[in-house]
Amino acid sequence: MTPAPYRIRSRRPDRADTVTLTLEPVDGACPSFVPGQFTMLYAPGVGEIPISISGWFRPGGYVQTIRAVGAVSRALCHKRRGDVIGLRGPYGTGWDLSAAAGLDVVVAAGGLGLAPLRPVVRELTAHPSLYGRASVIVGARTPATVIYPQDLARWHDGHGIDVQVTVDHPDQAWTGPVGLVTHLLDRIVFEPRRTFAFVCGPDAMIKATAVELVRRGVDPRRTAVLLERNMKCGIGRCGHCQLGPLFVCLDGPVVTYDVAAPLLAVREL
Amino acid sequence: MAAFVLDSLEPLIAELRSRGFAVVGPVARGGVIRMEEISSAADLPRGARDEQTPGRYRLSTHDGDLMFDYAASPDSAKRFTQPPRQTLIRMRRGDIEEVEDEAPRLALLGIRPCDLAALAVQDRVFLGGRHPDPAYRRRREALFLVTVNCAVPGGTCFCVSMGTGPKATKGFDLALTELADPHRFVVEAGSEKGVDVLGALSQAAACDDDLAAAEEVSRIAAEHMGRQVDTEGIQQWLPQAHDSPRWSDVASRCLSCTNCTMVCPTCFCTTMEDSTSLSDGTAERVERWDSCFTLDFSELNGSPVRGSGEGRYRQWLTHKFATWYDQFGMSGCVGCGRCITWCPVGIDVTEELANLR
Ligand SMILES: Cc1cc2nc3c(=O)[nH]c(=O)nc-3n(C[C@H](O)[C@H](O)[C@H](O)COP(=O)(O)OP(=O)(O)OC[C@H]3O[C@@H](n4cnc5c(N)ncnc54)[C@H](O)[C@@H]3O)c2cc1C
Ligand code: SF4
Ligand code: SF4
Ligand code: FES
Repeated sequence: MTPAPYRIRSRRPDRADTVTLTLEPVDGACPSFVPGQFTMLYAPGVGEIPISISGWFRPGGYVQTIRAVGAVSRALCHKRRGDVIGLRGPYGTGWDLSAAAGLDVVVAAGGLGLAPLRPVVRELTAHPSLYGRASVIVGARTPATVIYPQDLARWHDGHGIDVQVTVDHPDQAWTGPVGLVTHLLDRIVFEPRRTFAFVCGPDAMIKATAVELVRRGVDPRRTAVLLERNMKCGIGRCGHCQLGPLFVCLDGPVVTYDVAAPLLAVREL
Repeated sequence: MAAFVLDSLEPLIAELRSRGFAVVGPVARGGVIRMEEISSAADLPRGARDEQTPGRYRLSTHDGDLMFDYAASPDSAKRFTQPPRQTLIRMRRGDIEEVEDEAPRLALLGIRPCDLAALAVQDRVFLGGRHPDPAYRRRREALFLVTVNCAVPGGTCFCVSMGTGPKATKGFDLALTELADPHRFVVEAGSEKGVDVLGALSQAAACDDDLAAAEEVSRIAAEHMGRQVDTEGIQQWLPQAHDSPRWSDVASRCLSCTNCTMVCPTCFCTTMEDSTSLSDGTAERVERWDSCFTLDFSELNGSPVRGSGEGRYRQWLTHKFATWYDQFGMSGCVGCGRCITWCPVGIDVTEELANLR
């Protein structure tokens, strides 16, 4: 439960309330990670929260994107280059990319859910021949809350990935689709019985997307979802992240939908 | 295992103290039995008896020499193995320091067979997984456990149903059975440490009468359980009962006060408190007991996952009796009955389970 000191190597404001930090250990090596895993980031004197790993930089450090929603996330977003924070992890299960080999890939993100999916898309762009058709669909509240807009453009323009974005509340400049992310499934091409899906967002978005994918014939065991729960420890100690029999921090956050579906179906589990 | 007879606990307490243990035993204080440091057998609650029913605990004093003629007190071993508050780290400038409190050498005298079972549950929770807790291990290894087999189960006890009592079979250094007329203790060692301590005392081998009397104490106790639970198939049927109307019935009585989780010897949930010293800017993290009955326990995206009392009561009961098996391969309940006694509105888990089934 003791964090290691990590220095903020760079800080990039992404959006009004979102900041992407690159973090490197003050001493020693940075442990490797599997996409989908998270770390516990400690803002000294304020608190510690789970944040997904969105990338890796050489020679060794994490890229993490934080939205300021409360005391701890705000404190982390306000940190400056050179500041030292605490970090534990990486923890939890990751996305099983090897299971997607040879299949069409659908990456579906709701809002900040794109953060833990970014390394998945990086893998798709790095080894396109290993996978079938690749699509990224993103739903956000407003155009201004879409994270990684440059990445989205590059994946689309430079790597031939079908990237589609929809928003709930368009602004004047918005020309794209409006509505739920599930509607974007009509706009992309994939062969449901030969598809692996990676889904991350709020519970309601996960459920709606997974239900729609499964209805179209995608195997629930090939539908990986990243669950979010209150987490105080990340290591199966504090009890907060329980979802029925699961500790989401240990058994998740990434689980396949055949595991998640019966649990998400129970109200207030 | 060879059994011996002790006429008094005084030499045992003195021996443990001479070996550097602080001896913690039951004392009557403020109308309840508490586990506190004692220096002599005179501190033990001679003649004390308890009356435990849902939502009620009364202590009374009677004639006679018996010192352990009552059941589980609100203090289990949890307070000693998992302190209610512990400082984990301090951070100043860029330096992070792990706070390693020294584990006190404690001899817990008079903890009950159900409490030993609860320690086995805690061992699984804190040491059995992928992230063993070194602080727990230090505290656990510094314990010397002297259990007392129960003679008079409380009105809320159901250890027979959970297979944890009223007689201890493992997990102790020494096990005592208290006998009357004349007042004496049959003692057995359950570990090398126990054999060693016992060897340093002058004791006599227990005769057949002593052994028969001790067996009789445990036999009678087992026949006087205050409560019972049918655990058959509970891991399967309880989670499936998630839509039962019974949950809203119990929720209409439950105050979400957290008492049941606080007195539970196996509830392990915690939260963190963070602070920064105004004098030198040192940041500190403190871990403290938490409960799934609080609203912020499951807080997510602006609202709790378990916003209703129904959802929270269901979490507690289902975790304790069913999903604990999925997580740890054993029941989270040891049948001590504390949650029933200390519930201010007298909610009885055994009754709720019987009605849910
Ligand atoms: C596995 C996992 C990965 C995550 N990855 C990221 C990430 O990459 N980037 C990121 O910005 N956030 C991520 N989160 C969410 C992040 O942990 C929360 O936003 C954070 O815990 C809020 O803490 P706080 O102290 O800032 O807010 P609090 O003061 O605790 O709460 C402030 C507000 O935020 C809400 N809130 C509390 N917990 C959460 C939560 N888990 N998610 C959303 N809102 C919450 C509260 O209900 C309240 O309205 C992740 C969560 C999990 C479980
Ligand atoms: S019953 Fe509640 S407080 Fe007790 S261990 Fe389970 S989740 Fe934690
Ligand atoms: S002790 Fe009783 S009232 Fe309090 S939270 Fe537990 S069941 Fe509810
Ligand atoms: S986050 Fe503490 S148990 Fe999972």
